[in-house]
Amino acid sequence: MAVAQGLTAKPLSPSLLAWRRFRRHRLAMVSGVVLLLIGLFVFVPSLLTNFDQNQRDTAAVRYDGPSWAHPFGTDDLKADVLARVLQGGQVSLKVGMAVALISVVIGALIGAIAGYRGGWIDSAMMRVTDLFLAIPLLVILIVLTRLPERHDWAETVLGSKGSIRLIVTLLALFFWMQTARIVRGVILSLKEKEFVEAARALGASDTRILLRHLLPNCVGPIVVNLTLSIAAAIITESALSFLGFGVQSATQATWGNLLSAAKGQLESHPHMVLAPGIAIVLTVLCVNYLGDGLRDALDPKQQRTRA
Amino acid sequence: MTEVTRPQPLASTAAAMRPSWSADVAPGSGAAFNHPMPGGVGEVVLEVSDLAVQFRTEEGLVQAVRGVDIEVRAGETLGIVGESGSGKSVTMLAVMGLLPRTAKISGSIRLRGAEIMGMSAKEARSIRGSRIAMIFQDPLTALNPCHRVGDQIAEMVQAHHPQFSDRVVAGRAAELLELVGIPQPGLRARQYPHEFSGGMRQRAMIAMAIANDPDVLIADEPTTALDVTIQAQILEVMRTVQEQIGTAIVFITHDLGVIARMASRVHVMYAGRGVEMGSVLEIFANPLHPYTRGLLSSLPRPGLHTERLVPIAGTPPSMLHPPAGCAFHPRCPMARDACTTGDPPALVAVQDARFSACLFADELIADTWAQR
Repeated sequence: MAVAQGLTAKPLSPSLLAWRRFRRHRLAMVSGVVLLLIGLFVFVPSLLTNFDQNQRDTAAVRYDGPSWAHPFGTDDLKADVLARVLQGGQVSLKVGMAVALISVVIGALIGAIAGYRGGWIDSAMMRVTDLFLAIPLLVILIVLTRLPERHDWAETVLGSKGSIRLIVTLLALFFWMQTARIVRGVILSLKEKEFVEAARALGASDTRILLRHLLPNCVGPIVVNLTLSIAAAIITESALSFLGFGVQSATQATWGNLLSAAKGQLESHPHMVLAPGIAIVLTVLCVNYLGDGLRDALDPKQQRTRA
Repeated sequence: MTEVTRPQPLASTAAAMRPSWSADVAPGSGAAFNHPMPGGVGEVVLEVSDLAVQFRTEEGLVQAVRGVDIEVRAGETLGIVGESGSGKSVTMLAVMGLLPRTAKISGSIRLRGAEIMGMSAKEARSIRGSRIAMIFQDPLTALNPCHRVGDQIAEMVQAHHPQFSDRVVAGRAAELLELVGIPQPGLRARQYPHEFSGGMRQRAMIAMAIANDPDVLIADEPTTALDVTIQAQILEVMRTVQEQIGTAIVFITHDLGVIARMASRVHVMYAGRGVEMGSVLEIFANPLHPYTRGLLSSLPRPGLHTERLVPIAGTPPSMLHPPAGCAFHPRCPMARDACTTGDPPALVAVQDARFSACLFADELIADTWAQR
């Protein structure tokens, strides 16, 4: 019984192994910490400022530069820019995460069904995917944000004009294609593996094979795609807000509409642009690095190059 | 001693295990856990008759299986031998109902007398893994890398017996791992496939396949991907398992050595048809089909002072256009005009419990091959 005694190491789960690899990716670790801090300050702004985003500081001047009372200065209505950037960040982060989650779920399901079933179902689903990819994103979003004002049904289905729900719904509708394609590709190669055949030989149903045997093996690409979608959604939301089709600036600041409000003051009051600009760039950069690290950790076989 | 792999004598575990299991199963539902038949060979459990499988391809109709009759009896090990493309795997995939939808299947497949061909997908699923199970060639890819081995076995049990709690099936998984000779089964059950060696993964696959005490266990070249020492261990495990649960094993292989060790009866296939059938001893001693003779001549046999191994001349026929008459005639040293025309000759009884599809089997009987 010599061999029986040899086994003392604790079982190493794939997630534990992935975590070990992730910790070695220094840039991703730093990005993760920075993102945690950003999240903390954005959702608990009282840690950094006592002002509210829509509160006018009557003691302050319009377009004031950085000071102790207002580290990022004030805007045209004497509101604290720091408070507006932090509370605006809530919208950006919420939209980013919600859009990424919803679109990845849609994309993974579409990709998985297309890849697993194959045949005409696959062709049909992939042609629809191609169609969605061919639509110019900003143009269709701008058109669709106008729908709720004109049609009651659009307001109930998509959300009211200028609301966060509307932006999330619309973005999610146009963010699932990449995930669908990637998941389909992974499933196509996975379904030829013998464990799928074995599962079938041992009586597993299609649904069970798909949900229990195939999708868990796609977790790597799905998670990576999730982070990349967060970054892309944050940027698109900012662009929409900047163009004035996003969340209404009168009630709720966002990084996009802060930039939009500051665009006339680029030369006279550059601090107005810098604060939301840096917030967007830093967040997106960190999310992308995090995705990079996750890719290396979850899919060690893949080359460390970015598509 | 290094004899680590041999499972514990299971009298204790098996006896302790079975009542607790059968108690939960409605009495009389033989489908769930049939009673083991130690040593004995019983009634016919699997009967394949006149099975034909065709695949439509761009080049034409591939006739992978062209009329196969196989009978498997409870508790026995039937070997199916043949070279690649002889239809042995396709036959068994047809039995499992795992052929792609494009395959055209005809004939009849009966499991304990009940026709299982043309069953609905749902019915077929309930049979797969509970009454017929299969293990595959490559153990490295046959387990799902992202679930614990024990969970995969437990899932197997629960898929067919949803009434059992997670704890019960987890215990059963560990028992099964022990049955296939995996040391520290409780710990091993919580590990992932990447922590198992190739041989251990094949053991785990066997554990999964026998989880529901199948009537028939189909093994499609289960040792081909393993090295020789591990091969021997796996064969030993399969034999032990068979003694314990009394399942019939259908052993598909092109390795005559493995057949000699494992099988009691052999079915030799060539070009999608059976060409010879009989007990393993008799077939090895005196094959009654030229193809079987060719196979055995190309096999090194210790103690026989043949100067050179004799390969079979030519190549296997294309199954797009199988030759008329006996499919082996283009390569057969004994071929005559009668072999080249008409329908392919059927397997007929030529001696007691010996079947050959050779038209001139009589001459082979007269020619005492083994004495050469």
